[in-house]
Amino acid sequence: MSQPVASAIPAPTAAPVYQEINYLNADRGVASWLKTLDHKRIGVMYFASVLMTFLLGGIFAMIVRFELTTPEPTFIGANTYNRMFTLHGMVMVFLFMIPAIPGVFGNFCLPLMLGAKDVAFPRLNLMSLYVYWIGSAIVLTGVITGGADSGWTFYAPYSTSTPMTLFPVLLGVFVLGFSSILTGLNFIVTVHTLRAPGITWMKMPLFVWAIYATSIIQVLATPVIGLTTLLVGIEKVGGFGFFDPGRGGDPVLMQHLFWFYSHPAVYIMVLPAMGVMSEIVAAFARKNIFGYKMIAYSSLGIAFVGFFAWGHHMFVSGQSSFDGGGFAVISMLVGVFTAIKVFNWVGTLYRGAILVTAPFIYLCGFLFFIVFGGMTGIALATISPDVHWHDTYFVVAHFHFIMVGAVIMAFLAAIHYWFPKMFGKTYNEGWAMVAAAFIVLGFNATFIPQFLAGNAGMPRRYYMYPERFTGLNVASTMGSTLLAFGFVMILIYLIFALLRGRIAGENPWHSKGYEWRTSSPPIKENFAETLEYPEEPHTYREPGEEPEHVII
Amino acid sequence: MSSSDASAHGGGHGDAHGGNPHLAHHFDSMATQNHASRLGMWLFLGTEVLLFAGLFLGYSVYRHFYHEAFRAASHHLSLTLGTINTVVLITSSFTVAMAYYSVKKGNSKAAAGLLTFTILCAVAFLCIKGVEYNEKFQEGALPGKWFHFHEMQGYPGANMFYTVYFLTTGLHAFHVIVGMAVLIWVLRRTIRGDFDKNYYIPVELGGLYWHLVDLVWIFLFPLLYLI
Repeated sequence: MSQPVASAIPAPTAAPVYQEINYLNADRGVASWLKTLDHKRIGVMYFASVLMTFLLGGIFAMIVRFELTTPEPTFIGANTYNRMFTLHGMVMVFLFMIPAIPGVFGNFCLPLMLGAKDVAFPRLNLMSLYVYWIGSAIVLTGVITGGADSGWTFYAPYSTSTPMTLFPVLLGVFVLGFSSILTGLNFIVTVHTLRAPGITWMKMPLFVWAIYATSIIQVLATPVIGLTTLLVGIEKVGGFGFFDPGRGGDPVLMQHLFWFYSHPAVYIMVLPAMGVMSEIVAAFARKNIFGYKMIAYSSLGIAFVGFFAWGHHMFVSGQSSFDGGGFAVISMLVGVFTAIKVFNWVGTLYRGAILVTAPFIYLCGFLFFIVFGGMTGIALATISPDVHWHDTYFVVAHFHFIMVGAVIMAFLAAIHYWFPKMFGKTYNEGWAMVAAAFIVLGFNATFIPQFLAGNAGMPRRYYMYPERFTGLNVASTMGSTLLAFGFVMILIYLIFALLRGRIAGENPWHSKGYEWRTSSPPIKENFAETLEYPEEPHTYREPGEEPEHVII
Repeated sequence: MSSSDASAHGGGHGDAHGGNPHLAHHFDSMATQNHASRLGMWLFLGTEVLLFAGLFLGYSVYRHFYHEAFRAASHHLSLTLGTINTVVLITSSFTVAMAYYSVKKGNSKAAAGLLTFTILCAVAFLCIKGVEYNEKFQEGALPGKWFHFHEMQGYPGANMFYTVYFLTTGLHAFHVIVGMAVLIWVLRRTIRGDFDKNYYIPVELGGLYWHLVDLVWIFLFPLLYLI
């Protein structure tokens, strides 16, 4: 707990300083933002953008949840319902989760963590943001004018034969892919070429390792989803028959191509989340990270085996049982690498001087979701149970736990952890902890009933369901309302913090991370002078020393 | 990705490196910056390979499904025109490499000539491809629902050969056009005298891209025309 103890680091006596001339106000005017090449400003613009897409995806989710409160039609028609869950999936995956952590915190923190002045290609970085805006605009235009009802997976031949004009949405996803590729490419080159003298590979912050592994996936997997959307789009408009069984095409080929991207895409979302948590666990346990190398290498391990696990989405698509078995075993390897990380995080917490704050609560939620979601993942990767659970709410609940739960926990933890650095102000810790508790409880209340409903046989994506699932569906909707309430609370106190928050000072958490070694908010050029890096970024004590409590 | 682009960044920090206009403010030396540019380009080429990989996978699957039809349809492509196009592209790859060599040796004039020749090769390639496409349109050897090529009626799946043919060569032709645009940009800068033996990265990267365009064709040619 954060009670003062005898050996605690005292609160600093000097008043914290707000850097008056910083990256936010060094240049003024809207044009200076739109033409900026500063990675920090680009990160902030990504921040504003993904918050809006998250709100949008959240609204779609709430519409779906409220429709499902009764087994009969509640307040929207069946077609609208199909469009709503499709849009929820597409917006949350392609517009929110893929760019969320790399776009916001990767952009903001990665160069700071490497002691660099910027990313390797600042212009490409700005371009990736513009491409993201254009792609999002195309998707949203498609949503308003034509609509999409195929689910976010747009499986052929349904997607190519539905009367809805899916084309703009597919085009938007294609364009968004470029944004993702440019971001990943930029980060890889930055890590290779712009580490400050003294920051060796084995002294890079673990968040950088995670983003590096993510970027490899972004660069290698995204072109394939680009091609897939292109082929589905051509098929829809031009009738080329590539995936159309009526013309000799093979729809299962489409599923292979789709999952070759979309399975690794899960790690595009979750690896940065793991990176955030590796930073937070050391900072809030006041202890050196346990098993640095193992955490770093397991990120690369997940990135690697993640490429060969896609077939576990297709156990019932007519794949041979030999292929299915192979994909099952490889999928479980992901569990091994994830477990290595979990053991190391828990090892870091063990006998730490834990600072209970909102980021720490999110860390606890994250550990729960990743362990429980991961275990159900192992179960789903086993072929015979999967045949029972396939396309039920069990799968929905599983991936919301492991992918969405982990990403949301990490995204919120990252917002709270780096908010003082980004904006130079602190938020209200009391309100933040209450909101964090709502979020963790709300998330569980939303998805645990879905596990139960799915196991009892409720299929996903259905508009109506048998009476006996009503209770579980109402419980899930109540949970999602609690969750939404938590998000609104966070929005309110963060806006308040931005306007009226206390001055944070350079390093309010007493973190050892390299990104804290500059003013808050940072100056335009990141660091006023060239720094030395004698210590590792997660070194809180010498060997044999007890961890020290810290007062904030 | 070019350094001239990057050097626009930095505002008042441009002269931190003794006024080298090509060096962006966040790099410590030209060597690091060149390393970054090359690495970026190779990564980008990696994404291109993955993009085409999906289509090559489709080719393998459908060749396996419709073995006879693919063999028969393959013989209907013009081997002569395909071979000429292959020679044209390999020649252009050679000349673009020579252009890079000339710039490095400080001979911008020769480089400009070689780049012009490369671009003309690209135009020639597209023209020949156009002739081939026209032939297919006349015959009705077209993808999916447009297929009405009577000579191939006895072969189920022949339409899929033309689907694959038009998708792969179409995507490749698009890359030829993009490559041409890149080379025209490099040529313009070469004529303007932007490059010398100390600064030639855009020529190198443009050349790398052109090699990729060539390489994709090297794979497409045997798969579509020869086997």
